[in-house]
Amino acid sequence: MEFTSILFYVFSLFFVGSSFVMITSRNTAKAALWLILTFFSAASLWLLLEAEFLAITLILIYVGAVMVLFMFVIKMLDTEESTLRAQFTRYLPLGIFVSLVVIVQMALVLNAGPFDLESVGMPEQHGASYSNITAIAQQLYTVYVYPFELAAILLLIAIIAAITLVHRTQVNSKKQNITEQINVQAKDRMRFASINKKSKKESK
Amino acid sequence: MIALSDYLILSSIVFCIGLAGIFINRTNIIMILMCVELILAAVNTNFIAFSFYGSDLAGQIFVFFILTVAAAEVAIGLAILTLMYRNRGSIDIDVTNTLKG
Repeated sequence: MEFTSILFYVFSLFFVGSSFVMITSRNTAKAALWLILTFFSAASLWLLLEAEFLAITLILIYVGAVMVLFMFVIKMLDTEESTLRAQFTRYLPLGIFVSLVVIVQMALVLNAGPFDLESVGMPEQHGASYSNITAIAQQLYTVYVYPFELAAILLLIAIIAAITLVHRTQVNSKKQNITEQINVQAKDRMRFASINKKSKKESK
Repeated sequence: MIALSDYLILSSIVFCIGLAGIFINRTNIIMILMCVELILAAVNTNFIAFSFYGSDLAGQIFVFFILTVAAAEVAIGLAILTLMYRNRGSIDIDVTNTLKG
């Protein structure tokens, strides 16, 4: 058995095992930590497939940003409620049934299509001088440049949407109300007060 | 030698685990979001395996865009979650039945 085959089995064991522990974990914070281990093993598998750039991206973006965001939200919100897991076993049969249906369907597809080593074959391994990042960049900035810029716009929209959703408007901030300013009448600004000298003296 | 079918079987197993996780943890929205991330990781493994065995970089570029969209999705999803907790005091999915007729 080759060394890469041993690595594949080790990483796939971690991939499947940690994802299984994650979905059955009772504590949401622990589930997030198991998901981090899942992402690490997925990144290792991607390294075996010579996708170095995406493996590093997965660790940097998912483990470094997305999962930290998850941990922030889990720790900020009160997720330790007992009611959250009250229906744990209620939908378990349905979940197992749907998973089995999907497994059978996928097994049918995998058996129908020729995906084994005889029909697909091992691609030629690139040498040490091959740069995955250069190859991806050449594709990304030429053929896929418009989708790339659309992705940038999408991220900008996501930033604006997330801030707009969560941001609390401050009550005591001094801001202009444009509609009120335009619709103001002269009588709203100026008040004629008639001062009666006689009554003033009488009151004194 | 690891064949393409091994990677496909592995990612379909993880996909089904993520799918079962949505059903098991269906009251906890954070767990549902994390299971969606798990499913996306399985799908991305599929894309990269086909990209490697087909010697075509388009699969890896597609994974790049999937990662972008998933990051945006998580940011907005967690913002909605925070808003929901602020308004209702719980992230239980059974509490969010305002639109139920």
